Amino acid sequence: MRGRTVKAIALNLAVAFIALLVLFPLAWMVSVSFMSTGEAAVFPPPLLPKTWTLDHYRDLFLTQGMGRYLWNSFALASMATGLALAFTVPAGYAFAKLTFKGRDRVFQLLVAALVVPAQIGTLPLFLMLKQMGLVNTYAGALVPWLASIFGLFLVRQYALSIPDEMLEAARIDGASEGQIFRRVVLPTLQPIIVTLALFVFLGSWNDFLWPLIILTDQSNYTLPVALAALSREHVQDIEMMMAGAVITVAPVLILFLALQRYYIRGMLAGSVKG
Amino acid sequence: MTAVPVIARPARRAGTRRSRERAAWGFVAPSLIAIGLFFAIPVFSALLLSLTDFDIYALADIGNVRFVGLQNYERLLGNPLFWTAMKNTGLFAVIGVPLSIITSLGAAVILNARVVKWRPLWRVMFFAPYVTTLVATAVLWNYLLHTRYGIINWAIQSLGLPAVDWLGQPSTSIPAILMFVVWKIFGYNMLIFLAVLQTVPDDLYEAARIDGAGPWKQFKHVTLPAIAPTLLLVSIISVAGFFQLFAEPYVMTQGGPAQSTVTVLYFMYEEGFKWWNLGSASAVAFVLFLCILAVTLVQLAVAKRMGAYE
Repeated sequence: MRGRTVKAIALNLAVAFIALLVLFPLAWMVSVSFMSTGEAAVFPPPLLPKTWTLDHYRDLFLTQGMGRYLWNSFALASMATGLALAFTVPAGYAFAKLTFKGRDRVFQLLVAALVVPAQIGTLPLFLMLKQMGLVNTYAGALVPWLASIFGLFLVRQYALSIPDEMLEAARIDGASEGQIFRRVVLPTLQPIIVTLALFVFLGSWNDFLWPLIILTDQSNYTLPVALAALSREHVQDIEMMMAGAVITVAPVLILFLALQRYYIRGMLAGSVKG
Repeated sequence: MTAVPVIARPARRAGTRRSRERAAWGFVAPSLIAIGLFFAIPVFSALLLSLTDFDIYALADIGNVRFVGLQNYERLLGNPLFWTAMKNTGLFAVIGVPLSIITSLGAAVILNARVVKWRPLWRVMFFAPYVTTLVATAVLWNYLLHTRYGIINWAIQSLGLPAVDWLGQPSTSIPAILMFVVWKIFGYNMLIFLAVLQTVPDDLYEAARIDGAGPWKQFKHVTLPAIAPTLLLVSIISVAGFFQLFAEPYVMTQGGPAQSTVTVLYFMYEEGFKWWNLGSASAVAFVLFLCILAVTLVQLAVAKRMGAYE
């Protein structure tokens, strides 16, 4: 009995210690963002602001164009989400539940393509979009989100569980395939649609390499690209950079915490089933 | 919905099959076209591009492109910076993959213990860094790792050890970045391990305990066999991930100090989008792909030998 208690205390302490390591950086980021200029650059590092100030947030929005970057990130992530869903949900369903010539062969090809990192095509894709005049446009930034093999798999995996009888019954009632998709399939797929939407939104919001390449004009920068540029100019301004980091991280973190059930379930389904 | 006359059904059925096939193609076509156009074609073109001398002059006038065979690859193999990038990437992977997996597994084993309170809460919290924006948390860690004012050096100094110039010297720049990376990603694999650990029946541990097995023996003989296939999957995905580090060195060190954090992808980015040597940068991309593929195949072979995966 005593051994048990000791073990329980030890394990709970270990968890508390990990939690400290994991959460401290994020808490510190928020705290420093409210400190006045120069306050964080002392030893030992202060944990809480002497006086709380919103100066850096004001400065970022009024003089550093943060509002613009926030809008770009939000607009791109929303459009990427809408487009990715429109492209992959019907396809994922069709691969799971409709028969058409060559379906299995095409599917095998897509499985094989999963091992190829998308980064390989970055350079030719950039040249292609340059030819099409899409460099430095939203459209150019959105293009990779249309071609998500992973999303297609995720939806297919989930759609496999739709009972055939349900679709057949709708067909006998005279519903067209489009109607079946809208009225029968979409409602059943709702959980995985939320999951996929969350993945794409967070993925697009957090993405760095592609927007860095394709969005060449500062007015089109997304938050990560702008933050990386800003951090090179303002290395010394710890407090302002932390405010910028908070603005960048907070929306996705809140979104994740609100919908974490969907995120985690989808993540496990995607990785465990392969 | 209107009822369909029974007599009309056979005729409709024959029509339905064809229309169903047509509908199916309607559903998959947009996605397949997008994948073809924006994934397949670029990947194949990358191979072609890597065999040309596409550079800034070709960018201005496509007529300046020449086919140069394997010259880009030859030149790469003679470029010391390329080898530095390969070596750094290798170091990141060799240290980072085991370190991150051990951290994930350790956290998962601890969180899997019944006696731990508020487990669902910790699960989500430990995972949270994974969904944060990489660039933002990299900027944050730059300050945590700050030589004079950083909290990490404060902790080290309060133990009586000298401060470390984490990102300022080649010998500690990779470990410093790895600390950040592990902090950010360990929750992902932790969740995967936790999901598998929860499928291991308690009786197995009970039986092992009755046989006199301590915690380590229980882990070795009960936990490890149960998670072996997952361990393989996780290590394959992790290797690919560590081979593709880019934003971390871009934000935290710009490849320095003394090029100690130039990764292959960082090298590709500079070659392609700083110097506009797109032909040579494509060759870098392909070498990276082949490396990932080769390591994956080795991992699969090793796993097969150990019988972890059937």
